[in-house]
Amino acid sequence: MSYSLRVNGEPVTLEVPGMRRLLDALREDLGLTGTKEGCGEGECGACSVIIDGQVVDACLVPVCQLEGADVRTVEGLGDGVTGQLSALQQAFLEAGGAQCGICTPGMLMAAQAYIEAGGGLTEEDIREAIAGNLCRCTGYTKIIDAIALVAEQPS
Amino acid sequence: MTITTRPPRTAPRPEAPLEPLAAPSPGDIEVGAARAYPLRREGPAKLTGEALYTDDLVFPGAWYGHTVRSTEPHARLFGIERDPGFDWSRVIVLTAADIPGENVVSLISDDQPILAAEEIRHQAEPVALLAAPDRETLREAKSRIRLRTEPLPAVFDPLLATQEFAHFNLAKGDIDAGFAEAALVIEGEYRVGHQEQLYIENNAMIAVPRPDGGITIHGSMQCPYYVHKALKRALRLSDEQAVIVQAETGGGFGGKEEYPSIIAIHAALLAQRLGRPVRMIYDRHEDLAATTKRHPAIIRNRWGITRDGRLVAQDIEVVMDGGAYSTLTPVVLSRGTLHAGGPYLCPNVRIRGRAVATNTPPNGAFRGFGAPQTEFAAEMQVNRIAEALAVSPLELRRRWVYRLGDETPSGQVLRESVAGEEVLERAADAADFERVRAQTADARERRTAGARTARGIGLALAWHGAGFTGSGEVKLASVASLELAEDGVIRVLTASTEMGQGTKTIFPQLAAEQLGVPVEAVEMAPQDTSIVPDSGPTVASRTAMVVGGLVIRAAERLREQVEQVTGRAFGESYADYAREHGRLRVDQRFEPYPGVVFDDETYRGDAYPCYGWAAAVAEVEVDLDTGEVAVRSVVSADDIGRAIHPVLAEGQVEGGTLQAVGYATIEEIKLEDGRYLNDRLATYLIPTSLDAPRIQAILVENPFSGAPHGAKGVGELPMDVAAPAVVAAIHDATGAWVHDLPATPERILAALAGIPAPPPPGISQVRRAVASNVGGDANRELPAEGTDPAPHRPTDPQPMRGPYGEEQARPDD
Repeated sequence: MSYSLRVNGEPVTLEVPGMRRLLDALREDLGLTGTKEGCGEGECGACSVIIDGQVVDACLVPVCQLEGADVRTVEGLGDGVTGQLSALQQAFLEAGGAQCGICTPGMLMAAQAYIEAGGGLTEEDIREAIAGNLCRCTGYTKIIDAIALVAEQPS
Repeated sequence: MTITTRPPRTAPRPEAPLEPLAAPSPGDIEVGAARAYPLRREGPAKLTGEALYTDDLVFPGAWYGHTVRSTEPHARLFGIERDPGFDWSRVIVLTAADIPGENVVSLISDDQPILAAEEIRHQAEPVALLAAPDRETLREAKSRIRLRTEPLPAVFDPLLATQEFAHFNLAKGDIDAGFAEAALVIEGEYRVGHQEQLYIENNAMIAVPRPDGGITIHGSMQCPYYVHKALKRALRLSDEQAVIVQAETGGGFGGKEEYPSIIAIHAALLAQRLGRPVRMIYDRHEDLAATTKRHPAIIRNRWGITRDGRLVAQDIEVVMDGGAYSTLTPVVLSRGTLHAGGPYLCPNVRIRGRAVATNTPPNGAFRGFGAPQTEFAAEMQVNRIAEALAVSPLELRRRWVYRLGDETPSGQVLRESVAGEEVLERAADAADFERVRAQTADARERRTAGARTARGIGLALAWHGAGFTGSGEVKLASVASLELAEDGVIRVLTASTEMGQGTKTIFPQLAAEQLGVPVEAVEMAPQDTSIVPDSGPTVASRTAMVVGGLVIRAAERLREQVEQVTGRAFGESYADYAREHGRLRVDQRFEPYPGVVFDDETYRGDAYPCYGWAAAVAEVEVDLDTGEVAVRSVVSADDIGRAIHPVLAEGQVEGGTLQAVGYATIEEIKLEDGRYLNDRLATYLIPTSLDAPRIQAILVENPFSGAPHGAKGVGELPMDVAAPAVVAAIHDATGAWVHDLPATPERILAALAGIPAPPPPGISQVRRAVASNVGGDANRELPAEGTDPAPHRPTDPQPMRGPYGEEQARPDD
């Protein structure tokens, strides 16, 4: 089967079985390995991507659901040409929000969707926004700090 | 069984934007200095997705490897059977007979086979290896293979186990005289269960055949030279033929200390046979089902206290469950035994520790390494004694905590960097411990029968021996190197791995400080055994302290040598030196810390060169109807000698604290017939952002003179202290003592109701297995004939994962 969608703004045609996981299509067919697999059953959020503005676990989405969809991954956050980090990535770097880094791409996508949706500034709002993304390194403290740094800035 | 530690919806929402959650207090670190420290070296790569973890690496033509595992806790193994109806021509199958070297995973003892040969000793034990060119063929092959076995009696209860891996005894003073002096004796038995490290990146290894007949391993690991040693022995390779390269590693916490060796060997055996790369990437289910956990332990304490509140006797017995093979168990037990009395001076001490074998998967390294288990028990004792004496738990610790010049049970005199009092006061101050405790006591007094929730506050104190135990560092004789290359690049060469804690950031920082160059001028060489020397394993919180110290010494020598020749400051002249004189390399070998002596034979002396000290105050809210616990805040004050990089150090304290909160409240492995039942991320729960308390890290700096920078290590320390603080807070809220970890709603409600607690953590229930010593089955006869599994019954306890249901295949692969 053939599916047409956009990935990080670029049109992409995937010739894959319809039930192929988006996670595998990204990592193996498109070479976008920034999206990580932590559990394969929607528990850890390491594979979070943004589909049409919504945070979704890429391990739970078959490609057949994505005809015409707009998919965004961690590779699309910064400036692909200059390598310039986005404000959110920079905040994670400065606040210490990334340690081992394996949850980081998914965490960034959850935070990005939250910020774009006009998320609130309270700690509890931020905790709610990343509740689907497990991190074992940070205790979440510095991740929350980083997101607050960006959420506070006028967009 | 779940427990949410989510703050209740009615909780007041903070109005103001976030305050900094973890600012170091004035005096420790210059205010605002954190931003002046270098940013995480590999941070941009991790934040953009460019960092390559093992599963991100592409090797054209690679096959997929799989491990066939046992589904019994103890059995005779007669062989494997392949379904003759399947085309095996596109699959290779290896068993123990195919191992060219010794069938041993090289570590401390030689008891663990690479693949079980004649006897299966635990569930999920590796028995055979498969490889296929694609996942579809591999999955089909997995379902067409089975093990021919005959069950043997299994041992699950460590108290009844007869095989001992190790034992240690510590004695000080006269224990009988101590109890004779005591007016009050408090006894307790505390049990702690397994805990999974739960790094978010599963274990992963790729083996690539080399033209010289050797193997290159690319993988997720903490200790490249452990893998190197094990691989050489298993495949009969020379030093040069075995090359181990660490890929970006998505968390370790001890879980990637020793287990990666066996995975690397498995991948290498397949790759060597095939002559092509083999990917051995565990999924979460396999990682949870098969890899090591924190040791369950049973700790019995009997402490004697005089009428005036002096601690005069500590009699402690520690039993740890090592699982089926010894792995690192003797060293875990050693640390657990040495820390079992807690950071308290007592004239009469007897500590007896032993670790035994059961037919459960082997337990191994996990942050804290034996100390969280025994220190939980010690802190429970202190808090219970404070209650019995009707004194504040803070005040009691003030009286008992070690001070400079005190002597530990191993006969070590604490000569420097003793900061138990300081961390205690800092944590208690920051959390306003006595005032809040008075409030919770008042609320408890006035609580009516209709109360739905209760708040409590708890305190704990811990010490953590810095670096390797005993003579470990002397025996390791680690080497770190610094080179000035011909092209003027300064490079740090160590095998110390980055797994999130910041190795790649602090080593260039330490070297640059010594050399007087910008941090950007110092590179890190890759963690590749063909390039870097053996700076020892990345464990025991030793990287900043021990290897960081070697990096500084190497930098001092490099600077001197260059300045001697150029007659100018290193920073101004090293580029000229390199151009004119070429490459210069300094190898710095570990030298024993002066005056630090430990006798392994008598188990006496300086068990550690110094200690880290930590105090935690936790506040909880307990739902009195359901027993659910919300951990609202934790303050952790940690004396780490010197905070080389405060942002990274705070990150260690915060992360370790949350792992300890999980240990205290929700993380438990349940077992049946020696198999982990909750071996998926849907059933083994770790704290989410909503479960996590607000964590305040306070960094305290009492430098250690043996390290040039004074650092004592930070990774493990916070793990020792938060769990007992949470359980003390649950008691403060409810009046109930929960003696077992985790303090689940079931255990809390049982304690409140005064009814028997649920089964203790860490011990397998028995359903089908032939148990030799559990549930009165001791005399049950063995079946006369072998029990072959039904045809096509999967020998693999972990069917392919996916959103489509357990046994179902992913339709596309």
